[in-house]
Amino acid sequence: MLTLSSLAFGWFTIFVILLIGYAILDGFDLGVGLLHLFAREDNERRVLLNSIGPVWDGNEVWLVTAAGSLLAGFPDIYATMLSGFYIPVMALLAGLILRAVAIEFRSKEKMKWWRWMWDITFFIGSFMISFILGWVLGNLIRGIPLDDHKEFIGTFSDLIHPYTLLVGILTVSLFMMHGSIYLLMKTEGELHDHLRGRATGSIIFYIIMYAVTTMATLIFMPHMLDAFRQRPEFFIFAIINLLAIANIPREINKGRDGRAFICSCVNILCLLGLYAIGTYPNVIRATNDPKILSLTIFNSSASEKTLQILFLIAFIGIPLVLSYTIAIYYIFRGKVKIDSYSY
Amino acid sequence: MDVLFLARFQFALTIMFHYIFPVLSIGLSLIMVIIEGIYLKTRDPIYLRMAQFWTRVFALTFAIGVATGIVMQFEFGTNWATYSRYVGDIFGSALAAEGVFAFFLESGFLALLIFGWDRVGPKTHFFATVMVSLGAHFSAIWIVVANSWMQTPAGYTVVGEGMDARAMITDFWVMVFNPSSTIRLTHVIIGCWLAGAFLVISVSAYYLLKRRHLEFARNSMRIALLVAFFATILQVMSGDSSGKVVAKYQAPKLAALEGVFETQSGAPMTIFGIVNTKEKRIDYAIQIPNLLSYLAIGDFNAEVKGLDQVPPEDWPNTAALFNIYRIMIGMWALMFALSIIGMYLWRKGTLEQYPWVLRFMVLSVVFPQIANETGWYCAETGRYPWIVYNLLRMSEGLSKAVTANQVLGSIIMFGFLYVILFFLFIYLLNEKIKHGPREEEYDASTPYHGLQHLIKETAHVNPL
Repeated sequence: MLTLSSLAFGWFTIFVILLIGYAILDGFDLGVGLLHLFAREDNERRVLLNSIGPVWDGNEVWLVTAAGSLLAGFPDIYATMLSGFYIPVMALLAGLILRAVAIEFRSKEKMKWWRWMWDITFFIGSFMISFILGWVLGNLIRGIPLDDHKEFIGTFSDLIHPYTLLVGILTVSLFMMHGSIYLLMKTEGELHDHLRGRATGSIIFYIIMYAVTTMATLIFMPHMLDAFRQRPEFFIFAIINLLAIANIPREINKGRDGRAFICSCVNILCLLGLYAIGTYPNVIRATNDPKILSLTIFNSSASEKTLQILFLIAFIGIPLVLSYTIAIYYIFRGKVKIDSYSY
Repeated sequence: MDVLFLARFQFALTIMFHYIFPVLSIGLSLIMVIIEGIYLKTRDPIYLRMAQFWTRVFALTFAIGVATGIVMQFEFGTNWATYSRYVGDIFGSALAAEGVFAFFLESGFLALLIFGWDRVGPKTHFFATVMVSLGAHFSAIWIVVANSWMQTPAGYTVVGEGMDARAMITDFWVMVFNPSSTIRLTHVIIGCWLAGAFLVISVSAYYLLKRRHLEFARNSMRIALLVAFFATILQVMSGDSSGKVVAKYQAPKLAALEGVFETQSGAPMTIFGIVNTKEKRIDYAIQIPNLLSYLAIGDFNAEVKGLDQVPPEDWPNTAALFNIYRIMIGMWALMFALSIIGMYLWRKGTLEQYPWVLRFMVLSVVFPQIANETGWYCAETGRYPWIVYNLLRMSEGLSKAVTANQVLGSIIMFGFLYVILFFLFIYLLNEKIKHGPREEEYDASTPYHGLQHLIKETAHVNPL
């Protein structure tokens, strides 16, 4: 029988996998939301929106499930995080609502102002979600003040640190790049050529942000390096990440958009992998006394029994989810075509 | 204002708004399965048009349901952090199961449902409809199981003390099949079917009144009336069983619902009365002797526990519960009467000659909505003062790190967003109904995104 600590480790791995799934899948549709204002005319914008039309709803479910798995496996972390990040979480919820409403409603009327209003709402919603997710992640890396009942004891101003805002902007740039590459895969003709320019711009933006954030982490967040000092083999993630990023412009130049997209996915996987390794075993680091007060996956996990049940649910459920997710992406594969059912 | 009041108010606001939409999705999904099943069998194009129309309405309710549903999940952590710590071990597995088994199923196949008419064959499309409907029903299962555990906890043990006390799971299946979960689930699901059925009845009656889309309206009306007829009958049976479970496990809740202040044998059923909490009696009461004992316990002379069993500061809001509970039952009676009249006139073939019945039917869409909301109000506030029955008080479940201003701010934000959302929903639903089902192959007024004419116009200019 597995011990509690290995169960907790296993379930945290599943949580990180769900988070990676979310970042890869919703990442590109958030990216499309950030980019679609650049479309030159309404028809083009509809192509962009419909590239994510059938899938964005399902992608958001990854976030819901990731949050559910966190509540189930690590109730204390869920409780401390959501009550501590009260304002960011509420803003995130507002962003999620605004985005869902905007994409549903924008094409229902033909008036120009109506469409612009919802398009701008869609952009704002996408930006808020991307930025807040990164901002919260930045705070998890940096840590927040906690008491010995695992409660957040800081104020909102403790959450606004330049480093955490930087991670927020990094996430925005990451999703922009990811979305722009996705759009290259889904479009053709003149629009495709036009979007290549946008993709190049967003890749440059991302690479700058990536370099700045990496430097900032090395200088200001030294605790992120401990794990790599102890187990140097983990540096492989950083190397793969660099290679994947470097390969993206190359593949786009050769016109192989699919491969560029895969590299972008690998990049997201490595980034979250590096985050998980760097912070392990802490999930919420206590800035006031990291050694004693931090919430780790071991001192905050659910009971052994619950984790066993969760694994059972995951082992039955995840293969099912993957099989029909792949089937649906397969059915909607290829370049976007507007038909009578489109947004 | 204190955090407890604000947090409860916020939960009530967001859950009651959310609950308008999933009930419609679940109910409509059943009707869509029936309609598409008939289409597969008969291949009569009218059923295809019906399926497409109701799918468009479904898509609208689903989208708002998801957006407002995510809020609920996060609210457990933001406003009720101590509660989340306490029940996470138990509640969490139900929520995780909901995500994995229900939400992915529903949202995944929804893509096929809405966008897939031209991409897959009718059989595959029907399969997708069945999967979406299953997913919608599954989502109700897990959340009602979790809620029922809060009403009648089972399969757990409490470890730790004071602030560190936690409920821990001991037996998953005992937790899932706790004493109230099956019967409450039945009651909720049938409530959803009623919501879907009466939406269809309402829209169909509107078309019959306006003499538009007659074939569509008649076929939809027939199916929805049948569903409504059986669902109202089933609902009174499940309501009766649910009341018995409440009597057994949550005696103060039943006492508040029925206005029973003193424990008594052979308790009467109060049909009408005004609750006087101060004097602990019901004024102007019209009562049927011994009926409550029979309905609640199954014996005309059985003892029904009254509110005197719990200290007054732990009483649920008896005056509100007593009246709101009666609103729910009144709504059921209206739905029952309407479905009987509707079925009778339908069988005679004279329904369309009675405009007042049709007008009543147009209005009927709100009856199940009111019944569902009031029913949940009774279930949830009847639990007062407990958030987990007899284990954790509402005041103990609050987040420690959250201030009143934060909660108030978020209430204002949600209030603002939800008002906009509600009017947009009504506006778009109204547009869809005004446009009606598609009558021909290329109808420029196609309600779902209404853009076909644009494609035709631009087809020769722009290959997109």
